Amino acid sequence: MYNQPSVAELVEAVKTFVDETAMPELTGRSAFHARVASNVLGTISRDIRARETNDAEERARLQLLLDLPDEEELSVLNDELSRRLRAREISANSAKLMSHLKKTAIAQVKVDQPSYSGLLQALKEV
Amino acid sequence: MEVIFFPLIVAKMSELQDFERRLSAVIERIYNGSAKLAAADRLSGGASQETWLLSLTGTDSPPDIILRRAPAATAATPESNAIGLSNEAQLIAKAAEAGVPVPKVLYVLEKCDGLGEGFFMTRVSGETIARRILRDERFGQARAALPGQCGTALAGIHSISPTGIEALKVSGGLDQLKRYDETYQTTGIRRPVFDLAVVWLQDNAPKPLPPVLVHGDFRLGNIMVDETGLASVLDWELAHLGDPREDIAWMCVNSWRFGQSENRLGGFGDVEALLSAYAEAGGASFTPADIDWWEILGSLKWGIMCMMMYESYRSGAAPNVERAAIGRRVSETEIDLMNLLEKQ
Repeated sequence: MYNQPSVAELVEAVKTFVDETAMPELTGRSAFHARVASNVLGTISRDIRARETNDAEERARLQLLLDLPDEEELSVLNDELSRRLRAREISANSAKLMSHLKKTAIAQVKVDQPSYSGLLQALKEV
Repeated sequence: MEVIFFPLIVAKMSELQDFERRLSAVIERIYNGSAKLAAADRLSGGASQETWLLSLTGTDSPPDIILRRAPAATAATPESNAIGLSNEAQLIAKAAEAGVPVPKVLYVLEKCDGLGEGFFMTRVSGETIARRILRDERFGQARAALPGQCGTALAGIHSISPTGIEALKVSGGLDQLKRYDETYQTTGIRRPVFDLAVVWLQDNAPKPLPPVLVHGDFRLGNIMVDETGLASVLDWELAHLGDPREDIAWMCVNSWRFGQSENRLGGFGDVEALLSAYAEAGGASFTPADIDWWEILGSLKWGIMCMMMYESYRSGAAPNVERAAIGRRVSETEIDLMNLLEKQ
């Protein structure tokens, strides 16, 4: 399959259109939804760039934390973590758990909402 | 195509004319014929609740009043937590008696009015948009006064006797935790930070206090602010009987600081100032640490609400970009929960 332009480039082009052409023409509810749409396109761009690395790092941390080195599936690993949390086999007292969850949340918010105030606070404390 | 849609358009038009005709009749009756409806403008509201600005002409009436209304077809869906507009009107009247700044309820709609459930109230001028209240220079004095004013208002709200309003349900901290956890679990999506928060909240719950009347959604966005500070407490539909700390903490949830994280109270002030005004006005004495558990619960609740709003997109019930996008706000509550749980 061709990759010229790449998905990332196409999304950038649409975002530029929404920001510079469509949004100034709109008012009220439509203008609001256009701004939301523009933010979504930003999220898509960041997701495309970061997902592979973020997933690999999250997987590696979970494999270590849960001592399941051969489990590759992220959803299975997260289901298992949820189960152990509910069973109180692991808790907020575990520094390794807290570090993993914080790193995962930071990576996610960097994609979803990079200017979120809670992210800046979390980065200060890491 | 015109042939199919023409009857529909006619039906819509006559529905609107019907609405305005009935509205005019009620207004003339309230003001004994000395006021007339000049214009009705829809301000906002979701599918089930509408807010209208009604412009009046006449000697004895204000130039404009507000109508809050749920059309008959959608009034009071049983699955919602909302108390319904006629109960809301009763509650606002009680709040006024308790000295809480609220709009004045002018008239509660009756069945024979044919306008659904709702009420008229005075229009209070001011600003509700949080980012303006937090950043505009003209609200500088208001920001300084708000913590104390919010403390006094909350003490007033929590002193209201719920007698006579049967729709008010008891919902304490652990009741809410259970309900939100069930909702989270039905989505089938696993977000381990939420599991951590649920378990932590279960294991560290403070002793419940005797239930008082709780506003249920007391935060920037739901209060009207003018240059001198708190002008009016709005949006009473989530009122219930519960723990007073819930209302104090909800305003502290980081998502409701609108970017001004450094100020724990709503992005504009210190919770200490609210707590001392609250105690001085007859409320219980709390320390900032007493609010922590409730703030963590608040972040978790907002995270699960974001998941549910995304569910309404996924299910096809609300197929718009805003509902889709809000699913990506779940992570803001994950990071807030981690920031908070780390300190416990």
